[in-house]
Amino acid sequence: MSATSITKPATSVQPPEEFLSQPEYAQVTRKVRPAPPRYRNEIGKYSVYRANNCRRCGKCAELCPYGVHTRPEGYGLLNRPFDYRCIGFDCEKSDHYCIDACPQGALSIAANPCFETLGDYRWTADLIVSTWQMAETGRPPHSFLESELGDSEGGFDKLRFRFPVKPPADLRREDISTEVILNRRKDNRPELKMDVPWYGGGMSFGSTSIYAILSRARTAKAWNTCTCTGEGGYVDRLIPYADYVITQVATGLFGVREETIQRAPIVEFKYAQGAKPGLGGHLLGDKNTPSVAAMREAVVGTSLFSPFPFHSLYSVEDHKKHLDWIAHVNPRALLSAKVSTPVDVDMVAVGSYYAGAHIVHLDGSYGGTGAAPNVAKKNIAMPIEYAINRVHQFLVDEGIRDEITVIASGGIRTAADMVKAIALGADGIVVGTGELVGLGCVRCGNCESGRGCARGITTTDPGLEQKITLEWGTQRLVNLYSAWREMFVEILYRLGVESVSALRGRTDLLMHIDYENDGSKETA
Amino acid sequence: MPEKFHIHTYPAPPRFRPVGKMGIVDWREDCSSCHNCVKRACVYDFYRDEAETLHEDVGYLDYIYQCKGCLSCVQDCTKGILTRVANPEYDRLGDEYFTPQIITTTWFQADTGRIPVSGAGYGGQFSGPGFDSIWTDMSEIVRPTRDGIHGREYINTSVDVGRKYDHLVFEDGKLSSDPYPLLEVPIPVMFDVIPEIWDRGQVVPAVVRAADKIGTFSVIRGKDIAAGIYAVQNNIVPLLDASVPDVDEVFTAARMVMVPDSKDIISVQAALKAKNADQIVAVRISASPESARRIKELAARDIEVVHLVFDAHGRERVSSNPRHARDVLREIHGALVKEGIRDQITIIASGGIALAEHVVKAVICGADLVAIDIPLLIALECRLCHECAHDRLCPVELDMIDRDYAVNRIVNLIGAWHQQLIEMLGAMGIREARRLRGETGRSMFFEDLERDTFSRLFGERKDQDGAH
Repeated sequence: MSATSITKPATSVQPPEEFLSQPEYAQVTRKVRPAPPRYRNEIGKYSVYRANNCRRCGKCAELCPYGVHTRPEGYGLLNRPFDYRCIGFDCEKSDHYCIDACPQGALSIAANPCFETLGDYRWTADLIVSTWQMAETGRPPHSFLESELGDSEGGFDKLRFRFPVKPPADLRREDISTEVILNRRKDNRPELKMDVPWYGGGMSFGSTSIYAILSRARTAKAWNTCTCTGEGGYVDRLIPYADYVITQVATGLFGVREETIQRAPIVEFKYAQGAKPGLGGHLLGDKNTPSVAAMREAVVGTSLFSPFPFHSLYSVEDHKKHLDWIAHVNPRALLSAKVSTPVDVDMVAVGSYYAGAHIVHLDGSYGGTGAAPNVAKKNIAMPIEYAINRVHQFLVDEGIRDEITVIASGGIRTAADMVKAIALGADGIVVGTGELVGLGCVRCGNCESGRGCARGITTTDPGLEQKITLEWGTQRLVNLYSAWREMFVEILYRLGVESVSALRGRTDLLMHIDYENDGSKETA
Repeated sequence: MPEKFHIHTYPAPPRFRPVGKMGIVDWREDCSSCHNCVKRACVYDFYRDEAETLHEDVGYLDYIYQCKGCLSCVQDCTKGILTRVANPEYDRLGDEYFTPQIITTTWFQADTGRIPVSGAGYGGQFSGPGFDSIWTDMSEIVRPTRDGIHGREYINTSVDVGRKYDHLVFEDGKLSSDPYPLLEVPIPVMFDVIPEIWDRGQVVPAVVRAADKIGTFSVIRGKDIAAGIYAVQNNIVPLLDASVPDVDEVFTAARMVMVPDSKDIISVQAALKAKNADQIVAVRISASPESARRIKELAARDIEVVHLVFDAHGRERVSSNPRHARDVLREIHGALVKEGIRDQITIIASGGIALAEHVVKAVICGADLVAIDIPLLIALECRLCHECAHDRLCPVELDMIDRDYAVNRIVNLIGAWHQQLIEMLGAMGIREARRLRGETGRSMFFEDLERDTFSRLFGERKDQDGAH
């Protein structure tokens, strides 16, 4: 894959229909192209200053391999340093360290104070910025950024890989398969094979901008995977990507109609969600714009609370009736049950299997993209790191592990997290927040308030949503997927595992730094 | 249809500029005064009045530290002169237990009466010590009312304070025993005695009034009642000193009184009951490794209520290796259940209750209800700077606070907590708070999940108890 042209950030109003009518964009590919940040001043780890005594000799631009210093062709002046690309003091020992090389001593470097304020324990500044970098370049981020671990002091952040000294000699990176089959029941429904072991989580029309939704769908098409409508109904603009769009049946039944169910390759019942386990979804009134209200058949400006749980569900038998309903309406759809992670999540998974689900989607408590009470996000239900292996092992013990697909989500941020989740026992992953970060989310958490996301991602405000174009959004996510896959394959290569299916349940490839089996004996 | 318990809240904006976590700063000397200044595009309008308010105390600082942190202006400024910085004042708020985040989220609830809501998932640590090592359960199918958000008001948060019979005795088909006095509190939260350094101005009167409005109880020093500062009303619990039984008649009317534990506690209780048999006598004891033994003893000797006092951070009041309330309450509850006397005594726990979730978790661990003090002060804008302890000026002028305004903010806080209790109870499939007591089956403990999941895979945990 090579970079051929630059995808420009949003500059003007661009109705999606108009965009889709342009033949050159009607098809979407996996081709990586640079998709620079849409803001002038991208945030990086370091700040690079060029003082007034610069003579514009251009030596820095000649030296810097990272594109921090650039001079447009035909211009005498240099651009303001793109300091977000700077690798910082790691560069000091190289022969292209601009600070030392500048004949005028006009350059200086310092830690960027803004970077220090970015992120949180789970999504650290390093993880956010490295995800931005992947979405821009389509390549794994530079090593000066920590792109595998957060700072939460538990779960994935304490799990490490147990790499063999050398991978098998006959294993080649290009032979490693990242495909995942979603239907293991061997019934008459399609097998559905994804090219990457993840798909996009449900984000409703109403919570997320149409450009973000379409960008995700186009990326799903490019990478032969899926995205999900969320519970806000099936937007007509998604129809060109119907083969890659999961539709969700949630408790509010917003926009659920027979024709949308018949359109979908997978229909997902959302029994619960990790962001607010045990609570219904809610869309606050400000985000219920006329188009959202029309889709949801609701009154403009009113807050829309989905009940919890399904009012038609009182028992496991009712659960089966739910799935039978969809199976009858769409004979080719796979059935997915999205559940959260209660203490008996393993039994819930078994119940879903016997009710007829092809996929059980476990949504752990620390994830989610939508607005949710902080008290719920922090306290209700168990983190996904615990749930995956409990479910996997229980299904193994029940002798049905190879007949149902286990998908995990809720706080899975990086390619390394994905590998860990699959090694713990999942078949595949659902991503959500990672995609939004790829689109430029800074995790300020104000998705729900006022006009919604100030950065145009989780908003239905007609003005704010213009901050993203479909072209740019798609390319950012195509790039991010490409980088994730490359990193995923690299980890599998180093582990000596030839495929995702061979990785599943390989807990022997993991270690936990709080446990005796932490790998220290091997490395000693 | 019976009237449903609801706490009515009304906005009560802060009197003083709240301390924000971060702020936007700019280097104005580099500003090119361009016509498309990013400040004008601020989605939250923080810069709207910048020019007019630049030289005022409020205004400019308001937008600096009330910034929502979207970074749009920082990233879009033509000259790149804006940046976001952490507010050092924020980091100085509170202490290691009452963290800056707890303080600001409490302020928000006192301002608005609303549940804090945000998007983008959870950003905190995986788990933590004490209550942060507990997750509450949820049910995929069961909901107490099966009526979604509109049925939440059917969830009952009331609890009982007092002794209950382990069985009833009938003679000739009629109940032969008189019921013990019992108080019903509409939420499992009462207000503890306010520490003396904060007992200033209208603070305590506001706490008393707010308790009255909500229907809960506030513990007030007996000497203040004896001095006529406060009158015994329905919702006041006088805290007497240990030297009674010859108590002042003024306390006789109180529905509940509290006395410190002592060797003579049984005779103290008898003296109080002799004056008012319907009065509930709560015994206040400091949490220690001896608590379980002592509470069993008290329950066996007809003490009806124990108020177990932990330190402000929820630990036993002992100098070495104090345990957290989480573990102490579980031990006490378990010991009483084992003896078959759990319902014969009510346990009030106080200390370390900083958030609504702590109420739920303390009850799950075995308390019947909790008592709080510091969160009430934070609701009144206190920053826990402890300047007052050194006779220095209070930065939020607590001694000048208007009583009704203070009542408004306390009621807002408890209103928001009540909503959060309902959210958590609803998710657990629990229809009433009484049923939550000791219900550890509706929760998950860090060490159990670690053991069941990771010990199986990775051997023994290095810190054997799995504690933080």
